[in-house]
Amino acid sequence: MDASLLERFDKDNIVVEKLDTLINWSRANSQWYFQFGLACCAIEMMAAAAPRHDLERFGAMPRATPRQSDVMIVAGTVTLKMAERVKRLYEQMSDPKYVISMGSCSNSGGPYWQYGYHVLKGVDLVVPVDVYVPGCPPRPEALLQGLLELQKKIKTETPLRKQA
Amino acid sequence: MEEQTIDKTVFETGEMVLNMGPQHPSTHGVLRLKIHTDGEIVSKIEPVIGYLHRCFEKHCEKLSYEQIVPFTDRCDYLASMHMDHAYSIAVEKLLDVELPERVEYIRVIIAELQRIASHLVALGTFGLDVGAITPFTWAIRDRERVLDLFEALCGARLLYNYIWPGGVSHDLPPKFVDRTLEFLDYFDPQIDEFNNLLSTNKIFIERTADVGVLPPEVGINFGVTGPSLRGSGVDFDLRKNEPYSIYDKFDFDVPLGEGTMGTIGDTWDRYYVRVLEMRESAKIIRQACAQLPDGDVGEAIPKKVRPAVGEVYGRYESARGDVGFYIISNGKNIPLRVKMRSPAFCNLSVLGEIAEGWMISDVIAILGSLDIVLGEIDR
Amino acid sequence: MTFAEIVKFIETKAPGRSSIIEGKEVVLVSPADWSEISTLLKNESEVDFDYLMCISSYDKGDNKTFGAAYNFYSIKRQHYLEVRVETEDGTTIPSVTNLWKTADWHEREAYDMMGLQFEGHPDLKRILLSEDWEGYPLRKDYKEPDYYHGIPVPKDKSYWE
Repeated sequence: MDASLLERFDKDNIVVEKLDTLINWSRANSQWYFQFGLACCAIEMMAAAAPRHDLERFGAMPRATPRQSDVMIVAGTVTLKMAERVKRLYEQMSDPKYVISMGSCSNSGGPYWQYGYHVLKGVDLVVPVDVYVPGCPPRPEALLQGLLELQKKIKTETPLRKQA
Repeated sequence: MEEQTIDKTVFETGEMVLNMGPQHPSTHGVLRLKIHTDGEIVSKIEPVIGYLHRCFEKHCEKLSYEQIVPFTDRCDYLASMHMDHAYSIAVEKLLDVELPERVEYIRVIIAELQRIASHLVALGTFGLDVGAITPFTWAIRDRERVLDLFEALCGARLLYNYIWPGGVSHDLPPKFVDRTLEFLDYFDPQIDEFNNLLSTNKIFIERTADVGVLPPEVGINFGVTGPSLRGSGVDFDLRKNEPYSIYDKFDFDVPLGEGTMGTIGDTWDRYYVRVLEMRESAKIIRQACAQLPDGDVGEAIPKKVRPAVGEVYGRYESARGDVGFYIISNGKNIPLRVKMRSPAFCNLSVLGEIAEGWMISDVIAILGSLDIVLGEIDR
Repeated sequence: MTFAEIVKFIETKAPGRSSIIEGKEVVLVSPADWSEISTLLKNESEVDFDYLMCISSYDKGDNKTFGAAYNFYSIKRQHYLEVRVETEDGTTIPSVTNLWKTADWHEREAYDMMGLQFEGHPDLKRILLSEDWEGYPLRKDYKEPDYYHGIPVPKDKSYWE
């Protein structure tokens, strides 16, 4: 919970806030991510979930199926053969769903940008991306920051208002 | 009495094709397996690969010899140092350069540390595949210590670009040898703990012993190499058989599968060979650290890599097996053709042969014991 | 066995079927003789090449000549041999899948990347790329497609702006 929100619990254990804030607060702090390793970055994602960096302290927990996950971390090079599968997996996730593009390859094609005839030049060509994490591969700390940035983004949403 | 009629077709079984992957937590990446099953029993497996085909060989035809090193890094991302080393050895053979002693020693220390790190991931994720989660966290914990050493060495955790044709990019940082020895002192007892935790665990043995036996002649015929072949008792390790670099100066053993828990060449043997190899790697590192000479690591790095017309086939024993680089040079600074012989590619091709007749859950165990890396299979 | 001994051995068993490339330790075999020579390399106990390490396809760059380099090793006898089979576009190379199972995937890869045809291969189809991919990427005259299934495969990033 935001520190500012905590400070307002000064008396009577009551705080007045929009329902949006409550929903966002619960969504942001329980981002179950889709364990979806594609290439090198998957190893760093694995390391981020492992003891030293411990992604789980931010409420992020790996799930093996798209239907149980909130955020898809695209970790690695997306090839053209894989692109349609990535799209299908994204469609299988239930709303609200978010995408973190991890590493240069899924951001823009990375080192395979120029001559990679079989490499998708950015996963944003097939699925909408919320947070881009740069690096080749990004350190686990960078992935943690990406997740925190996503949490910030979620907290600005207005889930109860009708989308335009 | 009225005779009871039973619809016999209810009990008939038929073949079903089960699709596993390309997104599946136990396929170690983006591998797809088309499994033909009858009930639980697997009758045929067709691996479908290519979901991570990143055009490595095309890049080699477009980039100069030095620029290829980052791409070899990304082929086998669990053992990047091995790929760089293998590629550098092939290019050096083509250029015919003499390396300073110190470079060779540094390379051996780094390569063996990388072997430990790679095997730790292999063992940890193998544990995950058969349902043991704690070994994974232990293995990753120890691997992080190796990565700390590499980070001190060249600043990167995973893809290093450290070994270049003709040398290495930096000399060892201060106190690197001390820290390496400190790590080994810490790590040796950890192997025993790991054995207590997983290798001799009753459930683990039940899952792996006698499962997926790979007969030696089948393995050789399919081109299986590395720990997967040595698990079948074939004494074939390029570090011993055709010593490259300075491996002939060190005293170490080649662990072979002995069928301790079941048959020679079963899944447990393939697993255990890797555990033993980590000990041997530690032994090599200790010897190399003790003999490390002084010198300049950059003196043999060529200003411009421009080999004469010709071709070379360089071989190297990586954590997964026999890596080969077939390089054709036409006298320019860009190679005409680079073909990489990927060990995991051949190791995976045997899966259909040895997993036949086992249950689907055993296929996972067999696949885990082959220790594949998709980056290297698809290139 | 050294290279010279292996060449001499092949020459006595199959005279005139192979040649040595000038200045290199490489045996050159024509596609017509390849199935005979490969059987010899596998089955004769003196040479005993039980392990086929690699099949590397290559394009000589003249849009006509393609080749496959076979690297053999004998685990029992610990010797090494490189054989090349060169072919022109459109002609086939006999498959060695029946002798070395590892050739199955290697030949499929050579077909996929370079478009080499292997005669007698049980299931010669693409291995790395999708079935509906057009062209053979490692040929020197290969041009990458602009679109694949509606997804752009561009060289430039002009659509970014």
